[in-house]
Amino acid sequence: MNQSLLRVESLAKSYHGVPAVRGVSFTLERGEILALIGPNGAGKSTCFNMLNGQIRPNAGTILFEGQDVTASSPRSMWRRGVGRTFQITATFTSMTVRENLQTALLSHAGQLSRPFGKANRAFEVEADALLDRVGLRGQADRSCGELAYGDLKRLELAVALTNSPSLLLMDEPTAGMAPKERADLMRATAAIARERNVGILFTEHDMDIVFEHADRVMVLNRGELIAMGAPDVVRQDRQVRAIYLGEGLVHGDLAAAQVRH
Amino acid sequence: MKRVLIAALLGGTFFGSGLAPTRADDIKIGEINSYSALPGFTEPYRKGWQLAVEEINAAGGINGKTLVVVSKDDAGKPAEAVTAANELVSSEGVAMLAGGFFSNIGLALADFAKQKKVFYFAGEPLTDAMVWAHGNHYTFRLRPSNYMQAAMLAEEAAKLPAKRWATIAPNYEYGQSAVAVFKNLLSAKRPDIEWVGEQWPTQGKIDAGPVVAAIAATQPDAILNVEFGPDLVKLVREGNTRGLFKDRAVVSFLTGEPEYLEPLKDEAPQGWIVTGYPWYGIHTPAHDAFLKAYEAKYNDHPRLGSVVGYTLIKAAAEVLRKAGSTDTDKLVGAAEGLSFPTPFGNATLRAIDHQATLGAFVGKTAVQDGKGVMVDFAYRDGAKYLPPDSEVKTFRPAE
Amino acid sequence: MALYLAQFLTGLAGAASLFLVASGLSIIFGVTRVVNFAHGAFYMVGAYVAYTLTERFEGAIGFWGGIVLSVLVVAALGGLVEILLLRRIYHAPDLFQLLATFGLTLMAEDLVVIIWGPEDLVGPRAPGLKGAVEVLGQAVPSYDLVLIALGPLVLGALWLLFHRTRFGILVRAATQDRDMVAALGVNQKWLFTAVFCLGVGLAALGGALQIPRDAVNHAMDLTVIVEAFVVVVIGGLGSVGGAFLASLLVAELNAFGILVLPGVSLVLVFVVMAVVLVLRPNGLLGRAEAPARGTGQMSSRPWRPLDAKAQFIALVAVAVAALLPLWLGPYGLAVGAEMLIFALFAMSLQFLMSTGGLASFGHAAYFGLGAYGAALAVKSLGWPMIPALGCGVMLGLAGAALFGWFCVRLAGVYFAMLTLAFAQIAWSAAFQWTAVTGGDNGLLGSWPDAWAASPRAFYWLSLAVAVGGIGALRILTFSPFGYGLRAVRDSSLRAEAIGIGRRHTQWVCFIVAGGFAALAGGLFAFLKGSVFPDALGIPTSVDGLVMVLLGGVGTVSGSVLGAVVYKALSVWLISQTDYSKLVLGAAIVGLVVLFPSGIGGFFSAWAGRRRVSTRATAAAPVEAAE
Ligand SMILES: Nc1ncnc2c1ncn2[C@@H]1O[C@H](COP(=O)(O)OP(=O)(O)OP(=O)(O)O)[C@@H](O)[C@H]1O
Ligand SMILES: [Mg+2]
Repeated sequence: MNQSLLRVESLAKSYHGVPAVRGVSFTLERGEILALIGPNGAGKSTCFNMLNGQIRPNAGTILFEGQDVTASSPRSMWRRGVGRTFQITATFTSMTVRENLQTALLSHAGQLSRPFGKANRAFEVEADALLDRVGLRGQADRSCGELAYGDLKRLELAVALTNSPSLLLMDEPTAGMAPKERADLMRATAAIARERNVGILFTEHDMDIVFEHADRVMVLNRGELIAMGAPDVVRQDRQVRAIYLGEGLVHGDLAAAQVRH
Repeated sequence: MKRVLIAALLGGTFFGSGLAPTRADDIKIGEINSYSALPGFTEPYRKGWQLAVEEINAAGGINGKTLVVVSKDDAGKPAEAVTAANELVSSEGVAMLAGGFFSNIGLALADFAKQKKVFYFAGEPLTDAMVWAHGNHYTFRLRPSNYMQAAMLAEEAAKLPAKRWATIAPNYEYGQSAVAVFKNLLSAKRPDIEWVGEQWPTQGKIDAGPVVAAIAATQPDAILNVEFGPDLVKLVREGNTRGLFKDRAVVSFLTGEPEYLEPLKDEAPQGWIVTGYPWYGIHTPAHDAFLKAYEAKYNDHPRLGSVVGYTLIKAAAEVLRKAGSTDTDKLVGAAEGLSFPTPFGNATLRAIDHQATLGAFVGKTAVQDGKGVMVDFAYRDGAKYLPPDSEVKTFRPAE
Repeated sequence: MALYLAQFLTGLAGAASLFLVASGLSIIFGVTRVVNFAHGAFYMVGAYVAYTLTERFEGAIGFWGGIVLSVLVVAALGGLVEILLLRRIYHAPDLFQLLATFGLTLMAEDLVVIIWGPEDLVGPRAPGLKGAVEVLGQAVPSYDLVLIALGPLVLGALWLLFHRTRFGILVRAATQDRDMVAALGVNQKWLFTAVFCLGVGLAALGGALQIPRDAVNHAMDLTVIVEAFVVVVIGGLGSVGGAFLASLLVAELNAFGILVLPGVSLVLVFVVMAVVLVLRPNGLLGRAEAPARGTGQMSSRPWRPLDAKAQFIALVAVAVAALLPLWLGPYGLAVGAEMLIFALFAMSLQFLMSTGGLASFGHAAYFGLGAYGAALAVKSLGWPMIPALGCGVMLGLAGAALFGWFCVRLAGVYFAMLTLAFAQIAWSAAFQWTAVTGGDNGLLGSWPDAWAASPRAFYWLSLAVAVGGIGALRILTFSPFGYGLRAVRDSSLRAEAIGIGRRHTQWVCFIVAGGFAALAGGLFAFLKGSVFPDALGIPTSVDGLVMVLLGGVGTVSGSVLGAVVYKALSVWLISQTDYSKLVLGAAIVGLVVLFPSGIGGFFSAWAGRRRVSTRATAAAPVEAAE
């Protein structure tokens, strides 16, 4: 049978009575790269947090591989095969880069309750393979607390891949990176999606990235989806343009993207 | 103030207490007390035993040998007291242990003495368990116990017309057993009385206002008090202000001791029946001699602690003298039944339970010249306030 | 009815006294994040200074003038402490300031005795307020009425200060977001100093106002500090209004509670705190603590298992320790055994604090449960020593499992205070349950079996257990479980997102730490031959904390060093002087200033630097060749 990897229906969330996300519905297929864009405060992170179980929606359902996971915990989402990165990086700052991955790999293998044996000898090969993938191999033994921001973002991605996810949620994966780095990272990510047939939902303020890599684009504004479709279609959408024209900075990005295509 | 500070920092008391110069043929007593935790009691206490040591050595020491007291602080903790005892016994090679203030420290030391087979002479700890429930072959106690003081006070209390009684006592073993014994003895003498109320504030943390109001609400004719120290001050002040003690008899443990009565100055309670130490009004040759020597040496008057410290070391010296040896069994043998002089008159270390028959003064409190004092007091010989021997035997565990 | 009104009014007066102290503590914590252990000491010094001044000056002006003057004097003293001591260590790891202020408290307790003498001091009554007023036939002290009015007055004044002045607005802003205020270009240094002075001044006022009711004495600080903390936490950290509410709650519950249960004051505040925290994890009016940005807690050097050289050093140290009985006498061995026992206790707390990121203020509970469990097994069941130790450990594990289940629901200082509440509840059980525990007279006669009775044998036993326990905890730290723990500590967000359950992991950690503490406690019972409630009292918990902080929270097992140094120092000082607290306190303050990352932290940093520099010189020629 042919069910979607992720099917979201009428998802809603409000904070202290103020709606942040209202009736968002969409689907995501295996191997598809879907971008969620929108101005600051549109509700993108809120959507991500609901999808990985970090916050509970007020209404709506989330179906993952056909199963209702609406009120699941982040832990069970991880076990089902969802990996995510955070907008503000969340890493284990007292560990080295490799240890961050080893911890995640141990968790995935269900070995984190083992009270003996050296954790930093576990899954070295797997960890290094992932580091290679995101271009961090050279930094493997550095303390994660002293990494540059861009490297932390890479590490986030590597960690999110440790459970061989079928769905990857990436909240602003390239924020704070240099343009060249951004392109590299997204290319690597896209490759993973194709290779492993992983569905990717990501959000991004850099429109170059969005329009280059996304198969489809959704636009969120004030908690509502106002457009969805192929990049070219969305780009031409008048409502979208109106919103982005109001945002000087992002408008610049959008214009730049248009010039290049 | 600054000078005081510097003097204390440099002075002998600072690093000096444990470092008396000793020679091989000295006789050493290891002394432990809560010097840092209870300076109010232990300062006069130390002065007392230092005077005793001086007098003993001036009179030729113990069978020709110099007496040395090696003194240690226990910081108010039983575990530290055991450490100190260990040091005194193993490193200092003392002939016996002496001292203690808190009951639980006394008990810890007594148990240590039993385990290590060392002679222990407790000074201050009042709990009956010291010589009865947890009594042992090696442990002796100088001061009149909880039971004895309760018996002295119950005797007076029985004479009062009061029928409705309330109690205020700190919420720990000392307060609990003082109340229990007093209740038993008084109820036995006066089956007609009623116990109408009780308050058990936490020791050191009495919230005096609510306690006083709660006691007043039970409308007692008389009150038994076991509070002491800062708690007593708070209770007295609050009780005076709220009129709790007006037209009520109060019977109170230890309140006549200068340590507790003096700080209250003109706010001292009046007409309470108390146990204590009226140093200003005792006119016996034994006490006169002690008082004169103490005042000459320290230019200060003695507190009860001074008497305890002085008498403890004097009695210990008698034990050592009589034993003629530092062998523990000989010391125990010498101590059992030993009669010794004290500033209050002669006392005996009972063979049956190792309790000394030292007594206490019972009298009434009053304020004179803006100071709290005891009046109408009389010395009560401890020997008369102990249960019959047949009962005492049943209190002590079989050895 | 009249009684209830009188009780209510008395409760209000008590609440006012409590509020003054607690509000100062709350303000200081809110802005500087300093857990000011010395707050009680300032309260006490306030009372002493006020005693001196009010005794000197006569009349109403003399009395109230003396009180105001004493507040100013003590506030200035507080300012001095802040400038000379705290400023140096704001950037030290969390709770390190607690260690410094603990040192100050120790010093203060001895200094007041040196300056004012050992006797309790009874100061003058407030002129014109000596008597009582009749309220429905009940006498209510007129001074109480003054206090009752003063509570809301101070609350109002603080409200005006915080809402109507630039200083106050900055203080509130700093309470919410320190970095933000710093970014606004406010001189944070002087803001902190001013806040510290204000808080200390309130403590001094609280102390000074006790003069007409209390006896000024050198133990006043301890009676107030814990209660003040409890009030601050019940109210919600940094919330002055919350502190006011909580003072009311605690004082009134106490005033009415004793009518029903005359002994209730022993545990009341802790029970209230436990209940409030279980129901409201951030106190009555507190907000969730914003996660501190870039916690300076962890050094950038990741933890490593001992390398060959360090292993060799550790082995030599253990070998030397094992050979000590050749030189040491029975006393030395007993002290040595005590140091080893506390090293294990401190290490168990460090596992909880450093690896688990859970600072506990009540770790003595499990130490004490272990001691009681072992002693009870010996006394009541007649078990031999080793099974009795096992019984102690089981009791400790059970206690930790029960209490921990509630505690790990909380975070930060709230977690710490809930552990304290449970420890105090356990303490009061030991204290009150005379039939089983012997009450404060303790359990006597828990001496080791014959085979371990000699000082040497017991020392070796302690050494084996301590080395085994510390080793086991180190292995655990570097095991997958330890990594899971550190993951949760570093970022619970990320940890949850990779399938690690925060609560479960921390709960297990809590239980493990409790078990090892209980093992240490069991040995302690056999070392001393007796157990008393103070084994699970606050001072024992504080000792453990001091050892960990002294050793270095940022290290895996620096606490072992901390325990050895602290125990050796304190045993030696208590034996040598009656002013051990003064010297020990000064030593702690000195160590704090010299080693802001702890002694262990200092050494590991030093070793780390050496390693880096040797590697750098070794690598240099290679690089040059390229
Ligand atoms: N925990 C919270 N409590 C209250 N309001 C919140 C909370 N989290 C988010 N919001 C509000 O919800 C709205 C959506 O926030 P969200 O973080 O999802 O936006 P976003 O699209 O991710 O923005 P950005 O591009 O800045 O990351 C915002 O108005 C935000 O202020
Ligand atoms: Mg966002």
